[in-house]
Amino acid sequence: MGKRALVIDDSRAMRRVIANILVERGFEVLEAEHGQAALDVLAQAGPVDVALVDWNMPVMNGYEFIKSVRASPQYTRLTLMMVTTETEISQVVRALAAGANEYLMKPFTADDLVQKLELLGLV
Amino acid sequence: MLSPGDFDYICRLVLERSAIVLEPGKEYLVELRLKPLVRACGLADIGGLVQKLRTDRSGDLQREVVDAMTTNETSFFRDVHPFDTLRKIILPEMIRLRSTERALNLWCAAASSGQEIYSICMLIREHFPELASWRMNIVATDISREMIQRCREGRYSQLEVNRGLPAALLVKHFERVEMDWRIKDELRRMVDFREMNLASLWMGVPASDVIFMRNVLIYFDDAMKRQILGKVYNLLRPGGYLFLGGSETTLNLDSRFEQVKFDRTLCYRART
Ligand SMILES: C[S@@+](CC[C@H](N)C(=O)[O-])C[C@H]1O[C@@H](n2cnc3c(N)ncnc32)[C@H](O)[C@@H]1O
Repeated sequence: MGKRALVIDDSRAMRRVIANILVERGFEVLEAEHGQAALDVLAQAGPVDVALVDWNMPVMNGYEFIKSVRASPQYTRLTLMMVTTETEISQVVRALAAGANEYLMKPFTADDLVQKLELLGLV
Repeated sequence: MLSPGDFDYICRLVLERSAIVLEPGKEYLVELRLKPLVRACGLADIGGLVQKLRTDRSGDLQREVVDAMTTNETSFFRDVHPFDTLRKIILPEMIRLRSTERALNLWCAAASSGQEIYSICMLIREHFPELASWRMNIVATDISREMIQRCREGRYSQLEVNRGLPAALLVKHFERVEMDWRIKDELRRMVDFREMNLASLWMGVPASDVIFMRNVLIYFDDAMKRQILGKVYNLLRPGGYLFLGGSETTLNLDSRFEQVKFDRTLCYRART
């Protein structure tokens, strides 16, 4: 069965770019423009396998989103990948400590994204 | 424009010095790869470069041409599954086999910019702490001087660390240097890097338990592949394994190897 991904980014163009790569790999793709909207999607849409999360977004940023997801017992099987322009080691460390499973820096190629998904056992 | 005579000259030079076969139709590749060198020498075109090559006695320019013609594409944990197989099956097996002598020799035979051998080093540090007290001889070689220098520096751009490298390993084993990321000294010290042409004498390569020779045989003709595989056969220690690239094989080249399949990974070992 196809896997489901949730793409969370305040840039519509970036959501499209990521969604296209995922759809080509057989994913069903949901979208949200910030962390709060993403929590709503998760609550309503049923099981999601992986969320690709931007860091800097209005309303609720990606870091806060990851913390709330990891604080709620119902999403333990959700894989989280940060996809962001933040590239300091300290930021990567923070995201991983908060519960992100992977971290991809922008800009990236389709291959880079797919290789990360491969590392996570999702493709 | 690249004249047929100049193309021919470059092809022969590259074949003689690296065994890399440049087939007709690769004129664009020669032009693309040699352009920076042509410019660096203050020359107008490849014709000028060939003229200079004909009179250059030192051999330096020849080496630079060969360097420029190598394809160095690589990435951390390239293809993922060979590294899973190394971790789950091959290394545990080798550790059992060599538990009395407590020594392991690994060779990465076409290191390119080092991502492959450093992936192996990180995997060893992460999953086989017991090997820290073993005698480990890890050798990585490549024909390209520029690549071996890059290996030694262990410095990678953001684009390079973005590809295939788990974030947890990035933060653990690298440090920031300006815009780049450098692998920590502790890992760099694990590896002995050397310039070496697979098509000529193999010097200082130890008899090995695991040989990674991935994505390099594809550049050679069958006779050269046979010659190299023959030497690999002699260098592989009893029970040892050879890893080739996804599109490479020993089949129809050297029947003394047998193919072993672990999950998605094909490896090779000497037939018993
Ligand atoms: C495509 S890279 C493979 C890198 C790595 N093994 C991998 O699979 O990702 C091929 C490398 O083979 C090296 N090479 C080509 N001809 C060679 C030769 N005759 N002897 C040694 N290395 C050679 C090139 O310099 C290049 O770095």
